[in-house]
Amino acid sequence: MSEAKQAFIERSKSFWNPGKTQDWQDMGVDLVIDRREGYYLYDMDGRRLIDLHLNGGTYNLGHRNPELVEVLKGATARFDMGNHHFPALARTALAEALAACAPSPTMRYTAYGSGGGEAVDIALKTARYATKKRKIVSVIKAYHGHTGLAVKTGDERFSKTFLSEDREGEFVQVPFNDLNAMEDALKGRDVAAVIMETIPATYGFPMPAEGYLPAVKKLCERYDALYIADEVQTGLMRTGEMWGCMRYGIEPDIMVTAKGIGGGLYPLGCTLISEHCAGWLHDDGFGHISTGGGAELGCVVAMKVLEMVQRPEVRHTVNLIADFMRAGLEDIMAEYPDFFLGIRQHGLVMGLEFNHEQGAKPVMKHLYRNGVWAIFSTLDPRVLQFKPGLLLNQADCEEVLRRVEIGIGLARDELMGAGSRRMM
Amino acid sequence: MEPEIRTLVDISETQAARRSHADLMLERARWAASIFQRFDRDRTRRIVEAVAQVAHDHAAHYAAWAVEETGFGVVEHKTLKNELTSVAFAAHYADDDFVSPVVDEARKMVRIPRPAGVVLALTPSTNPIATVNFKILMALMTRNAIVLSPHPGARACCVDAVHTLARAAVEAGAPDGCIQVIEQPTIPLIEEFMASPKTSVILATGGTAMVRSAYSSSNPAIGVGPGNAPVYVDPSADIPMAAKCIVDSKSFDNSVLCTSDSVVVTLPEADERLRQSLRQAGAYICDEEEVERLRRFLFHERGFNVAAIGRDATWIAQECGIRVPPKTRVLVAPFALVGVEERMSREKLCPVLGYHVAKNRNQALSEARAILRLTGAGHSAAVHAGDPQVVMDYARMVESYRIVVNAPCSQGAAGLQTHLAPAFTIGTGYFGRSSIGENIGPQHLVHWSRVAYNSDQAVHFPDFAAVDVGFEGPLPPAPAGGLPHGGRSSTPTRAGQTGHRQHGGAASGGLDDSAREELRRLIAEEIRNTLKGGR
Repeated sequence: MSEAKQAFIERSKSFWNPGKTQDWQDMGVDLVIDRREGYYLYDMDGRRLIDLHLNGGTYNLGHRNPELVEVLKGATARFDMGNHHFPALARTALAEALAACAPSPTMRYTAYGSGGGEAVDIALKTARYATKKRKIVSVIKAYHGHTGLAVKTGDERFSKTFLSEDREGEFVQVPFNDLNAMEDALKGRDVAAVIMETIPATYGFPMPAEGYLPAVKKLCERYDALYIADEVQTGLMRTGEMWGCMRYGIEPDIMVTAKGIGGGLYPLGCTLISEHCAGWLHDDGFGHISTGGGAELGCVVAMKVLEMVQRPEVRHTVNLIADFMRAGLEDIMAEYPDFFLGIRQHGLVMGLEFNHEQGAKPVMKHLYRNGVWAIFSTLDPRVLQFKPGLLLNQADCEEVLRRVEIGIGLARDELMGAGSRRMM
Repeated sequence: MEPEIRTLVDISETQAARRSHADLMLERARWAASIFQRFDRDRTRRIVEAVAQVAHDHAAHYAAWAVEETGFGVVEHKTLKNELTSVAFAAHYADDDFVSPVVDEARKMVRIPRPAGVVLALTPSTNPIATVNFKILMALMTRNAIVLSPHPGARACCVDAVHTLARAAVEAGAPDGCIQVIEQPTIPLIEEFMASPKTSVILATGGTAMVRSAYSSSNPAIGVGPGNAPVYVDPSADIPMAAKCIVDSKSFDNSVLCTSDSVVVTLPEADERLRQSLRQAGAYICDEEEVERLRRFLFHERGFNVAAIGRDATWIAQECGIRVPPKTRVLVAPFALVGVEERMSREKLCPVLGYHVAKNRNQALSEARAILRLTGAGHSAAVHAGDPQVVMDYARMVESYRIVVNAPCSQGAAGLQTHLAPAFTIGTGYFGRSSIGENIGPQHLVHWSRVAYNSDQAVHFPDFAAVDVGFEGPLPPAPAGGLPHGGRSSTPTRAGQTGHRQHGGAASGGLDDSAREELRRLIAEEIRNTLKGGR
């Protein structure tokens, strides 16, 4: 590490976040991202990393995508954040664009937050207003953000620290893929909404069991609860379809999108709301106010993002990357069958499972040392999140596989000993 | 949704937007090419045959559309060209293998074909569909992906034809995205495609500016410039046959082929007989004043009058106020001096034929050479002669890489009535500032890795017969968690149709051996008919 970087890391500890800065050093990832372009990150010491983390799809279209940069620059010639109280050109245009590609024909309105957490809060408040019920059901190990309501739907790992866990019994959590538990939670008819990540990201992308999500939707209908789809990580073509829930035939009542929608250039959270649960927007449109939510610069970028991800070439390429990565990863799995146990995959939403309860951490470290940045799953560190970009090119896909093979081998040796027999 | 985006902040005219457009299509092509390279010869051949058949089935449809859209040429002739560039063209290369490795035991070498990758093909407005067919089939034969950029004048018919063939290819098992078309080509957009590092080779057929631009792009290019074929008729020739060839050639598709005859050069002793025979074959010989009217009509200050391209001889005569017999196929314009001063010495993409009588044979050959010096170097030339010495003298004299002898130049140089390779892209070689001097064929879209063993006899050269050559075929589709059978989403294309990925090689367009044999027989018959000039 250069002296300059060392000095910088100290400053980061002094002024930004000492705990987190040190944790990364302890995990063997001394990354300080400087330059970034496409799917490449450059450490401040100049080392290149291929980004497979993408901040959960924020950089789906690459870092500083030239078209998005161009449109943002163009937007600054006319717009700024805008005034959140008044009808606004870009906010309305984006809402129309979202309605046009929404997973349900009844979805019409978009309410804006400045990020995913706020958008989830809006979704939950919308459901409570519409149903006049308080209870929210989510999945154990779900992750929907860190804001007031959203954090209560997730793992206590994030809420208890700040004395913010639910103590009123309003936030019920049930195991993923367990329909009986879901029905038990709903059958009192006192639930406002079920909120579901289509594929839980921070939990390491466990795949929904066949029929699980549609059955949850049916249960919601039966017990008068709304279905909120959290499409922050599964939307925007990552599954090969515009929104992941569409792949499972779900028409949610409310949907949340964030991260990638802002193109990695302008933070934005969007809550799409169907007419039948949009009561507050009619009765009290001032009910939720967000100065930063739906900033018009972000809306202009988001419209371009929507247009870009819907290009037919993108859809084709997503499928090809998915097939290609799968074939390559299966070869690697065959090489380390005692360590690399499984691949969870739906399109470019992928999780790699390892035979050790913290297995993804050394894999992350060795990938980092070998020029690939992919992050472990916070709520299941056996699993590495593996999230190639929508536009990752063929040559870089080969490069990723080559480096992943090396990194997994080194991680396996570290955890299981280089001497132990490797099955070829 | 899109109009809103445009009204609010429009970036469609920026380089960022153009580059992204090129990048997306070319990267999709690169993916397709990477999968195509896993295909073996049988799988490849089934795709080529299926696409050729579909192109053949649509020959008349797109011929009519092209004439309607561009105003150039003759539907019947374009139909023939579209047919010849489909099934017949595929059949011509049916026995060539651009896919399998070749073991050369004598020289202890193995050659492995390595497709170019992504071919960027520019196609002209004069021969739009024939060139589209031709370039797509060449790319498929060699397992390349191809992105076509049609001339804006023939955009609609080409875009539709490419979609039709792309669909046929995917249905026959080709990788998605191996055939694409730039739907709204503009010069700045095409320049992005040409300069992209994702383009492996540019196949440029068209005007000089575009061809030079392809060569300046920094990417490998095979560019083909204009023709201006001199046709020497020696007194030793069978004059009536020569005249018939010339009229058949010059009138073919109203002379829009760049291989078309430009100026006939002959000697005084053949002059009268040739004029007489030309008239009998359907040509009208203009007088001096009529030639002047033609000159003024065809050549404007800024170049050739595009309104005249590919029009009928009678239409042009009428425009110039020249009274000709109704069945006139070619207007012959005699002139005295070959050179820059005489605009009739230049390329004329319409059935107007220059005609010059030289004093003697030496002068005639020198005039023919001068015609190609003006324009069209390296392209095409023809000679009608009985004496092989004359043919040799002529061929050595003119700077052309194909000299058609005793046959119609238009068709002959394009390999339709000679044994030259059938081609709608004619390599003009070093004379014409091009990289390739022969008729372009699939062999130009593949290079070979040469595996060379130590030549010392003591070093063993092993048997490669049983060695795996890696024809793995299409990638298996990745499973999609939570869906029955790991289902895949449908894949709508720009045209709005949906096409599900085909698995395995059981192509719907595949033929069994007897059907293939029958098809070959029919093609051979068709070519024989064409040779007779009758259809």
